[in-house]
Amino acid sequence: MYVAVKGGERAIDAAHAWLAEERRGDTAVAELSVPQIREQLALAVNRVMAEGSLYDPDLAALAIKQSRGDLIEAVFLMRAYRTTLPRFGASEPVDTGAMACDRRISATFKDLPGGQVLGPTFDYTHRLLDFALMAEGEAPITAEGVPAGGPVPHVTAFLNREGLIEEAMESDVVPPDLTREPMELPASRALRLQALTRGDEGFVLGLAYSTQRGYGRTHAFVGELRIGAVEVEMEIPELGFAIPIGTVRLTECETVNQFKGSRTEPPQFTRGYGLVFGQSERKAISMSLIDRALRWKELGEDDAGVPAQDEEFVLMHADNVQATGFLEHIKLPHYVDFQSELELIRKLRREAMGDSSQDAHPTQEAAE
Amino acid sequence: MDGAADVTAERREWLGLMAQALPGRVVALSEGLTAEFAWLRRPEIGTVMVRGRTAGTGAPFNLGEITVTRASVQLEVGPVGHGYVQGREKKAAERAALVDALMQTEQAGAVRAQVIAPLAVEAAEAARSRAAKAAATKVEFFTLVRGEDQ
Repeated sequence: MYVAVKGGERAIDAAHAWLAEERRGDTAVAELSVPQIREQLALAVNRVMAEGSLYDPDLAALAIKQSRGDLIEAVFLMRAYRTTLPRFGASEPVDTGAMACDRRISATFKDLPGGQVLGPTFDYTHRLLDFALMAEGEAPITAEGVPAGGPVPHVTAFLNREGLIEEAMESDVVPPDLTREPMELPASRALRLQALTRGDEGFVLGLAYSTQRGYGRTHAFVGELRIGAVEVEMEIPELGFAIPIGTVRLTECETVNQFKGSRTEPPQFTRGYGLVFGQSERKAISMSLIDRALRWKELGEDDAGVPAQDEEFVLMHADNVQATGFLEHIKLPHYVDFQSELELIRKLRREAMGDSSQDAHPTQEAAE
Repeated sequence: MDGAADVTAERREWLGLMAQALPGRVVALSEGLTAEFAWLRRPEIGTVMVRGRTAGTGAPFNLGEITVTRASVQLEVGPVGHGYVQGREKKAAERAALVDALMQTEQAGAVRAQVIAPLAVEAAEAARSRAAKAAATKVEFFTLVRGEDQ
């Protein structure tokens, strides 16, 4: 039997009105503007763009304001908005070798062409609360140096010259798109990378950490980490040639992994890859570790039976909008389902405990 | 052939500068430019799926989308202009299409001076400033000589 229940509308309206008031908080405190969030909470904006899979800093800042800083709720808002827009096409693959780097470091080579450039990093800070930020003050003047100019080559290209690292051969295969067709397993590496780059940062981080602690160890070094701006180009049919249509800031991580060789491959270094919207190196490093762990079949490695090697486990649980939707739906009314569970438990108890307990609570009903 | 390639390269450059300009700049700089035109495509907001390459150089994969606004116009005197701008600024797409069309007329010089040249200067300065700040954070390694090695 299905019983439709009405009567919550007024309560829902009142709840949403209260939500709006709570969102605003104390009106004696100045209201946050969307540009303030965009400029001053930029890393939250970056995360919402990456996991929302839509690069638009103003929209992400609005989503953060609307969601009261609940970033997964903000990601949900971005995904929902995206579905209302037509897609004009796909870009040419971005050239990260031509990135205008804000940051570029290598943990494997000290002296490399282009140098080690720290950029605006939290590394080497003392993690002490800075109470000066509670007082109003001007930002310090940033030092300027003399840029070397010219593109900054990828570190893995040096190892390539000696043939010590596997090559990533360029191709122009049209990649599968999990926003258009449901994800199918086994997934190609291209599909895995799409799922990981929009996956939940916490989930991807936790899994990557598990590989470091021994659950599918891949001995990763950060060959290179770079953060900066790349141009996005798209072929415009009405023009007949490609033009730059925008700029995105990206974080790219390439890991270099020890590999003793297998039945099919000689001993060499192998690679894991991470590429994420915005400045997000924790996510990019995590993504490259998981990417590498998931390549065990292709490289002829053993199945250690660990979570990070299990494609189905990783890919089907990485999306925080999907996960939240299913997880939180259990708080919504399940009165009828629960009624049948209640009947079942009562029946089992009667059978297990004999007739003596049957009339212990003869007429008490749950408040279903 | 070379002439055609040059025209393409130049058009690519001005379209790219307008696409990547900061919000509000195309509209502000193109103020006062007018021409009789017909809409081929009214401004519309959409997305473009950005692709990356596996390991930087390998097979393409889908990274995520960006918002893009586009518009197309045809001047009464003939040329067709296309505007593509990053973000959700309909007026900017309209102005970019108009500028693209005017850049194909004898007004090209004046339009370049008013809109394209300032955008190029602003883009170059923004890139220079970031590159200079990055350069200041470049590590200069030096080795300490230890006593027993002397």
